[in-house]
Amino acid sequence: MDLRLAPNAIAMSAKEFIAWSSSVMEQLLRASGGKKAVDKISAPIWSWALRNANYPLHFGVACCALEMAAASAPRFDAERLGMIYRSSPRQTDVLLVNGWVTAKLRPDLRRLYEQMAEPKWVVAMGECAISGGPWYDSHNTVQGVDTFIPVDVYIPGCPPRPEAMIDGFMKLHKKIHKEMKGTFLED
Amino acid sequence: MEEQRSGLARGGLTAEEIAKRITERFPTGVSITSAKPYRIYSKVDSDSLLKLCHFIKDELDFEHVSCLGGVDWLAENKMQTVYHITSYANRVTMEMVVDLPRDKPEVDSITPLWGGANWHERETYDMFGIIFKGHPRLERILNPEGTEVFPFRKDYVTGRRV
Repeated sequence: MDLRLAPNAIAMSAKEFIAWSSSVMEQLLRASGGKKAVDKISAPIWSWALRNANYPLHFGVACCALEMAAASAPRFDAERLGMIYRSSPRQTDVLLVNGWVTAKLRPDLRRLYEQMAEPKWVVAMGECAISGGPWYDSHNTVQGVDTFIPVDVYIPGCPPRPEAMIDGFMKLHKKIHKEMKGTFLED
Repeated sequence: MEEQRSGLARGGLTAEEIAKRITERFPTGVSITSAKPYRIYSKVDSDSLLKLCHFIKDELDFEHVSCLGGVDWLAENKMQTVYHITSYANRVTMEMVVDLPRDKPEVDSITPLWGGANWHERETYDMFGIIFKGHPRLERILNPEGTEVFPFRKDYVTGRRV
């Protein structure tokens, strides 16, 4: 809405007033340079918060789940990096797929992914989750999670050691930092 | 010592006594291959399987299905189901092997007797295509619904998906 229409401001409907006031704020932020300042503050804070509290879903599929358990045990202590396992997909940010996906599991895994709230990321851990692994030509194995879910980070290994898994999550941290989810006002 | 451990001291029957009672009851249809202290090996016709199972459950205290599975003998054109049924009271495991024709693999279900056989029979059906007559819910269990092959049959070609 154009500010030159301001003389009407005394008699405005509610809808007109909302449009007028948001236009005032938008243009004020733009003109004063406050917009860039807000993004400069909010984006790093959001990205820091998302990075340091990426809760993976506690969903162990196969033998790589033992490495997941070892990584959260005192020796490696992944919890200090914000990886706290939650058992409900509603409370998680990262879907950690650790093992072969059978044709029977596939729809349920897709459903778990869709139940997770945005923003969400997917980590494929181990050969089986990446490509099917030793069972790539079996009658019941899906050849990789990325055939039906978008994957952000791949952690190769059979199984990957807990250090490798933590390294994969550090890669995910970098990716989250680059995305800058806290940028709200676009130029 | 051997007698004490094989259940005689606890009031149960030994494997030899069980084998004797089975051969008295089933002169045909059941052939006992060997009876060792803890094990009885036998081959059973598919008609007399259910009768034999009723007999060993009701009169010889076999309470527990340890395992149940299938075998595919492609060269000999037959299939087998193998049952391991255990008696805690007698401390004996009985192995029963049933031969089935490969073009019509059908056998009576033992799920009405022992509920533990339910998922084992479903898995055997799922993998080998052996039909268990009288099973309460004979559906696929490990493969998703709609799978058209029986993957554990020897004529199933592994790796053709690639």
